[in-house]
Amino acid sequence: MTNGREVLITGLGVVAPTGVGADAHWQAVLAGKSGIARITHFDPTPYPVRIAGEVTGFEVTDRVPRRVVSETDRWTHLALVAAEEALDDAGVELSALPEYEIAVVTSSSSGGTDFGQHQMQDLYQHGPSWVGVYQSIAWFYAATTGQLSIRHGMRGPCGVLCGEQAGGLDALGQARRLLASGTRLVVSGGTDASLCPYGLVAQLSSGELSTVDDPAGAYLPFDVDASGYVPGEGGAIVVAETRARDAEPYARILGYAAGFDPHPDTGRRPALRGVIERTLKDADLTPQDVDVVFADAAGVPHRDLAEAQAIGAVFGPRQVAVTAPKTLTGRLYGGGAALDVATAALTLRHGIVPPTTGPTRLAPGCELDLVTAPRQPSRLRTALVLARGHGGFTAALLLGRA
Amino acid sequence: MSEFTLDDLRELLRGGAERPADLDGDIADIRFDELGYDSLAVLEIAGQIQRRFGVVVPDDAMTEMPTPAKAVEFVNALFERAGA
Repeated sequence: MTNGREVLITGLGVVAPTGVGADAHWQAVLAGKSGIARITHFDPTPYPVRIAGEVTGFEVTDRVPRRVVSETDRWTHLALVAAEEALDDAGVELSALPEYEIAVVTSSSSGGTDFGQHQMQDLYQHGPSWVGVYQSIAWFYAATTGQLSIRHGMRGPCGVLCGEQAGGLDALGQARRLLASGTRLVVSGGTDASLCPYGLVAQLSSGELSTVDDPAGAYLPFDVDASGYVPGEGGAIVVAETRARDAEPYARILGYAAGFDPHPDTGRRPALRGVIERTLKDADLTPQDVDVVFADAAGVPHRDLAEAQAIGAVFGPRQVAVTAPKTLTGRLYGGGAALDVATAALTLRHGIVPPTTGPTRLAPGCELDLVTAPRQPSRLRTALVLARGHGGFTAALLLGRA
Repeated sequence: MSEFTLDDLRELLRGGAERPADLDGDIADIRFDELGYDSLAVLEIAGQIQRRFGVVVPDDAMTEMPTPAKAVEFVNALFERAGA
């Protein structure tokens, strides 16, 4: 809790392969409409992975001033658009708030990959004087936070969390800490955009991307045919504050915890189970109080099993609804967990659990009540979002109905 | 190599960016920051001059170029030193 005042999510902005705008995303998620297709941002033919979740049907320069577009990476462009929607959605007049009490904390993972790749090409093909000055501010992880802070005059304690796919939850965890100590509004969440040759090749090195060429058959978390995941771009920006506005908030943040996997050689179990338990403790709730789990859904068989086992250990096998709408977008790295939070908030608002599209046969050991068609349960009070980032980052966030 | 003119500079200032100031007017003696170009923007223009005209623009050139008129003067001095 934050000095006895609840942390509320009062605005959402989404830029995702499922749609630009929270409504478009929600409609696509309910309908199971996938945003994964053959990559168009560059020619993927020479690469083992040729499909991804791209943000399309949207011209950045229609929404972001050209000067800012030329000085920043696509990942920042997407965040600027999402933030505009979130702030508008929250109905907040930032200029009316004390500038040092409003802050920005985002999640980043790849940084300015596409921008950096082009600068490196100029460096190698032409020479050092061809690297432009904006490389210095476009690539680094805090660039999006910085640009949002400048654009909206938010001078409070700003920052960035880098936990790969888990970072989006960690950013909200940090937002919550700030809201407990003098900050009255935080723009949070995150985006990612590394669908360029450099970005793709970097991700390929993890060995966790599926090389199945069929957009409908590549990313099947918890399924017997799981073969890895599909990359995507985009994410969500969320407005978090401690007072409600005229409009009903989407959700309350009830609990949060983070951890890190031990080294595989230690024989100790992964962090996820403990992180879930500590999140519930933080919320002062029990497993019976959780009505749906938004899974991390790595799509990599041994990681799916580890997640299913952690969920099973806390809740009991098939005792809680589990869903992963991220099969429609791919994993969005720095933007992934933020998008899951947005989807979970929409789930609580609308009272419908969106489906997990793709998986048809659960892998042995994955004893989950996986939601494969939209479900309207009689009780939908809370949603637990899980996220694991490459290397061992682990986080969980519990949302409750407003 | 011919002279570097105020119009050449105008073209670089305009290129690829939206600027609030009216660049067609008498901008020669207006400070860059008043025209809407911060230090990074001026550094970037210096880089473009270097790439396009092949002169080496030193890192401390910023202090020599507070206005378009001073920038044009400075660049032409560089051209002369380069024996252009």
